[in-house]
Amino acid sequence: MAKKKYKKNKTYVNSPPTGIQVVFREFMKDRLALFSLVGLVAVIIGVFIWAFFFIDQDQLMRVSLRDKFAVPGDKFLLGADEGGKDIIGQIIVGAKNSLLIAISITIITGVFGVVVGLVCGYFGGWIDNMFMRIIDFFITVPSLMLIIVFVTVVPKYTVASFVLIMSLFLWTGTARLIRSKALSESKRDYIQASKTLGTNDFVIIVRELLPNLSSIIIVELTLNFAGNVGIETGLSYLGFGLPMSTPSLGTLVSNANNPLVLQQYWWVWLPASLFILIMMLGINYVGQALRRSADARQRLG
Amino acid sequence: MWKTIVRRFLIMIPQLFVLSVIIFILAKFMPGDPFTGLITPETDPARIAELQEKAGLNDPWHIQYVRWVGNAIQGDLGLSYTYKRDVAALIGERALNTFWLSLLSVILLYLIAIPLGILAGRYQNSFLDKSIVFYSFVTYAIPTFVLSLVFLFIFGYQLHWFPTNGSVNIEHEAGSLSYYWDKFYHIILPSITYAILGTTGIIQYLRSEIIDAKSMDFVRTARSKGIPMRKVYSKHIFRNSLLPIAAFLGFTITGLLGGSIFIETIFGYPGMGQLFVSSISSRDYSVITALVMLFGFLALLGSLLSDIIMSIVDPRIRIE
Repeated sequence: MAKKKYKKNKTYVNSPPTGIQVVFREFMKDRLALFSLVGLVAVIIGVFIWAFFFIDQDQLMRVSLRDKFAVPGDKFLLGADEGGKDIIGQIIVGAKNSLLIAISITIITGVFGVVVGLVCGYFGGWIDNMFMRIIDFFITVPSLMLIIVFVTVVPKYTVASFVLIMSLFLWTGTARLIRSKALSESKRDYIQASKTLGTNDFVIIVRELLPNLSSIIIVELTLNFAGNVGIETGLSYLGFGLPMSTPSLGTLVSNANNPLVLQQYWWVWLPASLFILIMMLGINYVGQALRRSADARQRLG
Repeated sequence: MWKTIVRRFLIMIPQLFVLSVIIFILAKFMPGDPFTGLITPETDPARIAELQEKAGLNDPWHIQYVRWVGNAIQGDLGLSYTYKRDVAALIGERALNTFWLSLLSVILLYLIAIPLGILAGRYQNSFLDKSIVFYSFVTYAIPTFVLSLVFLFIFGYQLHWFPTNGSVNIEHEAGSLSYYWDKFYHIILPSITYAILGTTGIIQYLRSEIIDAKSMDFVRTARSKGIPMRKVYSKHIFRNSLLPIAAFLGFTITGLLGGSIFIETIFGYPGMGQLFVSSISSRDYSVITALVMLFGFLALLGSLLSDIIMSIVDPRIRIE
């Protein structure tokens, strides 16, 4: 069985599989991961298309008391909330906002963390020392509480300031991981050889160190993305996330803070919770499959 | 050993100092001051200004900071403006509630995680192992507030198995047996929720430890001496793999503190996490600063505890 597969594609025999091939094989081997990936991409694209082209946000946020807590069914597919607003429309818009926020936080923390990690790991010395002290501080600080305090302090609170506050506290994990990997990688012969040849440090970092860490970075970013969705929705749930004018999945779930809603109007909060849950499971599962393919010892395929 | 601990304590001091400066400055930026809540249409603005002057709110921030630290070291954390009470006493009361909740959570967490980790490691690649790995994956991915709400909805409101709010019913007389039972009854559901969410790390660690230990030389030696596999597991492998788990205790405490904000808010449990959220909403910043400092201190203590346990268990990592 296994031999047949190898015969089909002769490159496997002659050369070790490249990064993309390894990832592809891992996903073909683990059908659930493939399913999660396809489903996730479909959901994300679907949410964006639906939210941008088929939903009129002004109409969605209009309060109509006649439809207060309308039951799921004819008029609204998933019922309506206290203000008579359509739940399914809010889920889609909320998901769009939550995903956009999580993606931007992931990109900001990813870029900053990777740059700091690479520089610290490659150069070492006082730069490394300084950044490590800062990172140590951030890691021991009760970051969730400080994010909440920041959110309440910022005077003109917008989505952008929320993204920046979150990023301020979340870049350290990536930086620490990338630093440790870059540190061990830059001790390797190929980097040392390059240095002896007189290659510019910047060129070594970008063209030699970075490509060799790319698989770890991709895994880290995927898992961070899942984490950021969780933190954003959690904070919005507590009321310290996105501003009230921007619906988020978390704010939709926070309707459940009212015991009456929690008990009797399950369609207001349960679908949003399940949506968050399924997204988290999907992203994490894809992340795990990527992690396995980045580590030769754990590969399935 | 003592050297390690003292050194770690010394590192904590600058970290706590920086944290205290940051939180103090932030608190100064919070809109409103302690007297905003007292203003009514009849209040004389001059009277408010006088109160502000008397409380030292017009001094430069570093003078206020020094005064605040000086008082805090003496145990005087100021007055909570919403509860009209001494902050230290208020937090002390809530801390006790959080402590009991955390204690039960930790016990349940270890009770769930250790058997599952051992089983998964011992019967590697079996159906049981795969289900446990899947379970630990799901609990890792699920956000705290989603699971808490779902549990509250199912076990609290639908099945009526557990109370949905508070820490104790007022009808019970303090000190009586039924009072303590009721208190215990109130923390069961939140601690189960927390325990389920926290198991992932321990299960995965224990599982991979046991799988690694299986191929170690000491196991082969034991097997070749004729010791039955069951005994090799109980006497050789588990003992080696279980010790490092003790070091997770510190991280568990740190995690509990972060999770308490969500769990206590959702289950309406009057602990420190809930106090924090309500103080933020009411801008009660003497409580906020005290709580952030306390949480920061406990988190540092947790990681210190982990390192100490680790260095007892594994002598190789002590700082020389």
